[in-house]
Amino acid sequence: MLAGGAHAWAGPSLAAPGPLLTRPIPSSGERLPVVGLGSWITFNVGDDPAARANCTEVVRAFFAGGGRLIDSSPMYGSAQAVIGHALAQLKYPPSLFAADKVWIGSGARGPAQVDASRALWGVARFDLLQVHNVLAWEAHLPTLQRMKTAGRLRYVGITTSEGRRHDELVKIMTTQPLDFVQISYNVLDREVERRILPLARERNIAVIVNRPFRQGALTQALAHQPLPGWAAEIGCTSWAQVLLKFIASHPDVTCAIPATAKPAHAFENMLAARGPLPDSALRRRIVADVERLA
Amino acid sequence: MSEWWTYSLSDFLMFSTATYFRLFELQNLALWPVQVLALAAGVALFACLWLGGAQAGRAAAVVLALAWLHVAWRYFAQRYATINTGAPYFAIGFAAQSVLLFWLASRRQGARLIGPAGSLGKLALGIAFVALVGYPLLAPLGGRPWMQYELFGLAPDPTVAFTLAALLLWRAHWLLWSLPLLWGLISSATLMELDSSQAWVLLVLAVLAAGARWLAATRAHK
Repeated sequence: MLAGGAHAWAGPSLAAPGPLLTRPIPSSGERLPVVGLGSWITFNVGDDPAARANCTEVVRAFFAGGGRLIDSSPMYGSAQAVIGHALAQLKYPPSLFAADKVWIGSGARGPAQVDASRALWGVARFDLLQVHNVLAWEAHLPTLQRMKTAGRLRYVGITTSEGRRHDELVKIMTTQPLDFVQISYNVLDREVERRILPLARERNIAVIVNRPFRQGALTQALAHQPLPGWAAEIGCTSWAQVLLKFIASHPDVTCAIPATAKPAHAFENMLAARGPLPDSALRRRIVADVERLA
Repeated sequence: MSEWWTYSLSDFLMFSTATYFRLFELQNLALWPVQVLALAAGVALFACLWLGGAQAGRAAAVVLALAWLHVAWRYFAQRYATINTGAPYFAIGFAAQSVLLFWLASRRQGARLIGPAGSLGKLALGIAFVALVGYPLLAPLGGRPWMQYELFGLAPDPTVAFTLAALLLWRAHWLLWSLPLLWGLISSATLMELDSSQAWVLLVLAVLAAGARWLAATRAHK
């Protein structure tokens, strides 16, 4: 990623197969592409100019592929600053849907952290702010709701990852007014299909999916396996696209947010937001094949 | 964090292997020619350990105290902190060890080094040699660019390794061992999570040094 410096994104190498697949945010009807961009690890590159330039190319490729939602957190080290740098280089694409989080134990210090995050991104306001890993949610959610009422925020959400604290998440989803919930979901980790996703549908909550590749472990495990014949049926040319289409094909998922350090992969991921999605029979086959091969 | 047992170290590692090692490259480029001074200090420190005695011991303590302080400031506070939110705490820990080493240097006989003749001395000099010469070679040996070399006084692991050698020859109090051993654990765990082939190096040196110190202390009590 770094040795060769930034890899300038030259533009789409494949003809875009069909229109961009979008899903509505239930609380507003606004539509989002089913694939977004995460920033965990990949965008935490500090002040390394070459790595920052590379991240800018990742963001450029993401927007070139039709992407909108970029997600980050104060927990991700320098990721917010690196996103801000990329957005400034790209003159703040108007289609950006800026999603960030509040991650601090003290409710009183939440607003200051949000202001600091906003300054790092260089945006006037966030589209979505989420309580990170349900940390101090009792204190943060009322603050975020007040910001939304005041027009300083468009959507409010809460996150968890790796299947943690789902009981508490269910309680929050049941009792609190939420626009978004963010959870981990992928071909091998499907526990959310049982409780969280049906509850999100019932409560009209949009769902963002993190760790779609199990932090790269799934794509690495499948890297040397040839794509099965059925992949072509859904227009997939890589395992990453298969894994993303599996997630996007769940009707209760709004958007998956894969993270990548490679511009070409960012564009390739966005191609998963186009073309046919697997039906329930193929979804079962994807699970069986990935469980066998990974 | 009520379900803290469900977390693993990988949940807290927020950077990639490439980004981690790139820090050394960026620091080496930014600090040149400080490396010449660091190398000279390392050679002088090795000579102190070789010579032994009270005066050399005090000089070694001062050199190591300055090295720990330099790593705290230049590496942890200025470099590692850009990708790891825990780095400021590591900087405080390294600064604290620097204070302890300055305190050791201030004691007339407390920093006396035993001679390098015995098995303890040979082991200590071996560890010091790895810290001075071996560590800079780990980058190219591991298939990384040369410029990512880790040098005593600039990078934490060779600085800690050199300190372990001196602690052995000082027969230092366990208080002085605490932070170097703790860093050995933190660094090795971090590198293991990053799938680095050099993850075991500092851990092995720390186990060898602490084990030898413990054996020597046990024998002395008999």
